[in-house]
Amino acid sequence: MSQIDEIRMQVMWNRLISVVEEQALTLIRTAFSTSVREAGDLSAGVFDARGRMLAQAVTGTPGHVNTMAEAVLNFIAEIPRDQMYPGDTYVTNDPWLGTGHLHDITMVSPSFRDGALIGFFACTAHVVDVGGRGFGADGKSVYEEGIQIPIMKFAERGEVNTDLLRILRSNVREPNQVIGDFYSLAACNDVGHQRLVQMLDEVGLADLKTLGEFIFSRTHTAMMERIAALPKGSWVNEMLTDGYDDPINLAVEVTIGDDNVHVDFSGSSGISRWGINVPLIYTKAYACYAIKCVVAPDIPNNSASLAAFSISSPVNILNAQRPAPVSLRHVIGHMVPDVVLGALAKALPGKIQAEGAGALWNIHISARPEAGAEGRRAEVLLFNSGGMGARPTLDGLSATAFPSGVMTMPIEATEHTGPIVIWRKELRPDSGGAGQYRGGLGQVIEIAPEEGHEFDFSAMFDRISAPPRGRDGGEPGAPGGVALDDGTRLRPKGWQHVPAGRRLMLELPGGGGFGDPGRRSPEAMAEDVRKGYVTGKQP
Amino acid sequence: MRSGQDIRLGADIGGTFTDIVLDLRGTIFSAKVLTNYAAPEQAILDGIGIVTQDAGISASEIGLVIHGTTLATNALIQRQGARTALITTEGFRDVIEMRTENRFEQYDLNLVLPKPLIPREDRFPVKGRINAQGKELQPLDEAALEELAERIAEQDFGAIAIGFIHSYANAAHEQRAREILQRKLDLPISISSEVSPQMREFERFNTVCANAYVRPQMASYLSRLQDRLKEMGTTCPVFMIHSGGGLISVETAVEFPVRLVESGPAGGAIFAADIARRFSLDRVVSYDMGGTTAKICLIQDYQPQTARTFEVARTYRFCKGSGMPISIPVIEMIEIGAGGGSIAWVDDMGRIQTGPESAGSEPGPACYQRGGTKPAITDADLVLGKIDADNFAGGKIRLSGDSASASISRDIGDRLGLDPMAAAFGICEVVDENMANAARVHAVENGRNISDNAMIAFGGAAPLHAARLCEKLGIDRCLIPQGAGVGSAIGFLKAPFGYEAVGSQVMALSRFDAEALNAMLGGLKESAESFVRSGGTGQITREIVAFMRYAGQGWEIPVSLPDREFNASDREMIETAFRERYAQFFGRPVDGPEIEFVTFSVKAQDSRPEGRREALIADGRPVPASASRDIFDPANGASRDSGIFERDGLSAGDRISGPAVIVERETSTIVTSPFDAVIQADGTILLVRKGVAA
Repeated sequence: MSQIDEIRMQVMWNRLISVVEEQALTLIRTAFSTSVREAGDLSAGVFDARGRMLAQAVTGTPGHVNTMAEAVLNFIAEIPRDQMYPGDTYVTNDPWLGTGHLHDITMVSPSFRDGALIGFFACTAHVVDVGGRGFGADGKSVYEEGIQIPIMKFAERGEVNTDLLRILRSNVREPNQVIGDFYSLAACNDVGHQRLVQMLDEVGLADLKTLGEFIFSRTHTAMMERIAALPKGSWVNEMLTDGYDDPINLAVEVTIGDDNVHVDFSGSSGISRWGINVPLIYTKAYACYAIKCVVAPDIPNNSASLAAFSISSPVNILNAQRPAPVSLRHVIGHMVPDVVLGALAKALPGKIQAEGAGALWNIHISARPEAGAEGRRAEVLLFNSGGMGARPTLDGLSATAFPSGVMTMPIEATEHTGPIVIWRKELRPDSGGAGQYRGGLGQVIEIAPEEGHEFDFSAMFDRISAPPRGRDGGEPGAPGGVALDDGTRLRPKGWQHVPAGRRLMLELPGGGGFGDPGRRSPEAMAEDVRKGYVTGKQP
Repeated sequence: MRSGQDIRLGADIGGTFTDIVLDLRGTIFSAKVLTNYAAPEQAILDGIGIVTQDAGISASEIGLVIHGTTLATNALIQRQGARTALITTEGFRDVIEMRTENRFEQYDLNLVLPKPLIPREDRFPVKGRINAQGKELQPLDEAALEELAERIAEQDFGAIAIGFIHSYANAAHEQRAREILQRKLDLPISISSEVSPQMREFERFNTVCANAYVRPQMASYLSRLQDRLKEMGTTCPVFMIHSGGGLISVETAVEFPVRLVESGPAGGAIFAADIARRFSLDRVVSYDMGGTTAKICLIQDYQPQTARTFEVARTYRFCKGSGMPISIPVIEMIEIGAGGGSIAWVDDMGRIQTGPESAGSEPGPACYQRGGTKPAITDADLVLGKIDADNFAGGKIRLSGDSASASISRDIGDRLGLDPMAAAFGICEVVDENMANAARVHAVENGRNISDNAMIAFGGAAPLHAARLCEKLGIDRCLIPQGAGVGSAIGFLKAPFGYEAVGSQVMALSRFDAEALNAMLGGLKESAESFVRSGGTGQITREIVAFMRYAGQGWEIPVSLPDREFNASDREMIETAFRERYAQFFGRPVDGPEIEFVTFSVKAQDSRPEGRREALIADGRPVPASASRDIFDPANGASRDSGIFERDGLSAGDRISGPAVIVERETSTIVTSPFDAVIQADGTILLVRKGVAA
């Protein structure tokens, strides 16, 4: 490659990343789903003609990272090449072929230039509703969790499949918003395609082959250097989580080889009766995320960076098979990084953070007027985060999502969406695990129905019976708690009721501490007391 | 403007330089003085001394002083404001600390979040609650406030901020709390419903905290400045430029100093807007590139694009989310870490990266030979022949091509197997591409197509990169005005007396309530106009914008509304306007979902006299170069013999065919091979793509 060609390739690589950023931005700006627009629960990427991921928007959340990378291969396997046309868009929400539960819609669009297939654009977003029992753990199988859309055409040659839209419209609770999101997803792929064609026109390239080889070979080389620098061997770890009715054990063995990191989940608990099972594609996304944070945080996501990691598991809760219920797969899926990081901590002692709250404390509220009263009905979804584990040289981040990349919503916006009042949302003192570096604090949330209203809510909480553990002598973070303000204890998962006049009290877990608490600096301890992070009172 | 103001002075305090511009009945005198952090007013006085002497006038003849400053921004970045107490709603003590609960960089496990402006021990919750509709759910605990006032009085607080939940919908509790505290405390009190009456508590609370935090310092500075100006003999009024690009009185600035944040860059955008108007260019992208950053702003119909919220003091590679949000009307600019001093490096994939680390002016790029060894953009520009080593910054700094070349080889070329020229080309291509990507994405975010715009380039480094940037963006025309080095201060002189008042009121269009809308807008009009009347005397024009969305979406789009009273039959008109605007942004409107209002804005400003208009001169007479040198031409990927022209020696109608370079004291304009340059009547350089009519 000539010197100037080398530079042109570098510049085009940057440009390709900008193309997918534009694609993702279009989705964020047009989406109806709260989780996309407020929380950034989406993903967008560009693929070559063989379905290999070239670039991905950094806007996305890790759960979609290489789920989408694999999903595109599933689309290519399903739709014959001779039935792909310019203007097509394909869709699925199949948990095993897409991103792990029915609420995520994945769309893939072929990109044609002068009649030749040059690549694909793909995107994923979480929609408000898919029918069935709603977003919760109560389905006994995936059939109860909502409508299933197999890999099929959403649009052929630009013509939208109106039969699919009619079926959707009569199967979901918020048809306008859901169908709006389908259009947003398709539109964002269109934007990506247009920008790509513009770019190729400008630089005078016919397709993505040369650029793809450049990206993959550079990434591969960098990944191999990183893996070569790691100690070689196998390390195991286990971690208990609450589960639904029985605790769940997650077991992992991480093997670092010469050119690959392999993660195996043998020994983890079996499939649950409740919708907290995880398809392997989603387990893989979070396992890879954890390793990548440690090994190659600065290397962009593409097929070559993901190829350095492999995942296996016998059939169990982390490799659930159809028709297991999977609606809340994120609750257990978000625990995967902590269990993987625990194994890596043995390979890289003193370098890995303590356990944190892990799963987001999502809450879906279904509010209505009291029987016989006038008022409003509304579905409200909130994302909240507990504390992160302490780092080897830093305190854990308080009330911050990890591993998920989502944001919380302003409570002022939330209170506009439904008849509820959030009376408290602030840091939870004394919840960070003690250590030389303290775990991040959890938070306390109090939610009441507005006067004359009551609500049901779907709990999706974890780390209540099994709090986040500290590392290297650090103490565990405080476990979470769910109750009414009259002291009634509630369950961590499933639909429950909050009557008029009562408040739902949530205590989110704090992160584990790192290192011996006796070695915490006096200044840091004094600051903890001054700021009220640590009160000295017994909880 | 008033009579007697035909001698006007603009003063811009920037991070490195304080720029002073004197407009003596149309003739511009300017001075650059090093910013004096200990006594910022001193630099202004020194600058005034220089320009008045150059102009041969006395300070007392100045009719008007317009001032913009980064001091408020710096106080926020360097955390040098007053110790401030935040009084907030019980249950929400940690809003400014918990932020959005996410990590702005996904893969960095050692991420550090910015510290809240006001530490937890200085945040005091009190009972009292308003709901989303503005109804009181729980009365304000006045007794607790009385007690709190005493506790605050015992400590060394310098300012107070009050931020209550839903105060944008009902300000009664905030106002009452202020009354109670005022009776017992002699401290400036800022309340969120006045500083930033917009929904979203994190942004609003942070804004009121920032306002309170910089208030004592700005009040003291502005009073010193006024005193010193009087001592110097000036008798004229002083006005401040605000972040939205208009003028406000010093008294308003003292009360709402957060409005001064980013006022310097706002001046640059007004400068560009004025040039756009002069040449009747209705769609423009302004491009300002200095030593550490590049800023890009969209200008439509001669008005810089504004936003209702922005982020200052980013702590992590200019990364979105790593700063603090300020929700006030602001001229919207995207800023990226790409300036002449930005350092180039190679990542582990063998990719050239630039910035955000900057060599600044000390030690500076390697070619300055002042101790800087890392290759900067300026080094690459030098190696490519774009800068003349002997005539940089008017010959004040002699540059070393050998040092530039050596640093580029060591850090870039040797790692990638590139010769210094190719490596320098790589550096410039990457920085230009990054700027182009940022501009493209910014245009898309605003429903616009970047290639439909003309570019206006200013700032020391912009003319070196503008032509290549235009090539990448498909832009055909670029203007490089005179006085580009002190563009912001010149812009100040063009700013209208203007103010934008913003308020939130969520309302479904299906339950359109014309009376409520009229009442809301009436209040905003009153508020905006009272600021304008404090300075301007001309006729006031107003612009009304509703920020609307489909219920369920999180992003609002601006929809212009007519400036009149509304009645029930206007619903349809507003719906049509929204749908058209939505289609403009996102391709097609959506059928089904409800449409709602979220926020309203009223912008009032006094009408300005139309400046002179000029037609673009597109054709011109070709002029030959007197000298030439080799300059790397990116379109050909090779060095080409390029004509050298002195800007001062050119006159209106001269046409230069690229590749060429036009040199002046402060910078050089590169004319790449796809472009020609045509000199305009006012000395502006027009870069126009070959074969395109202006």
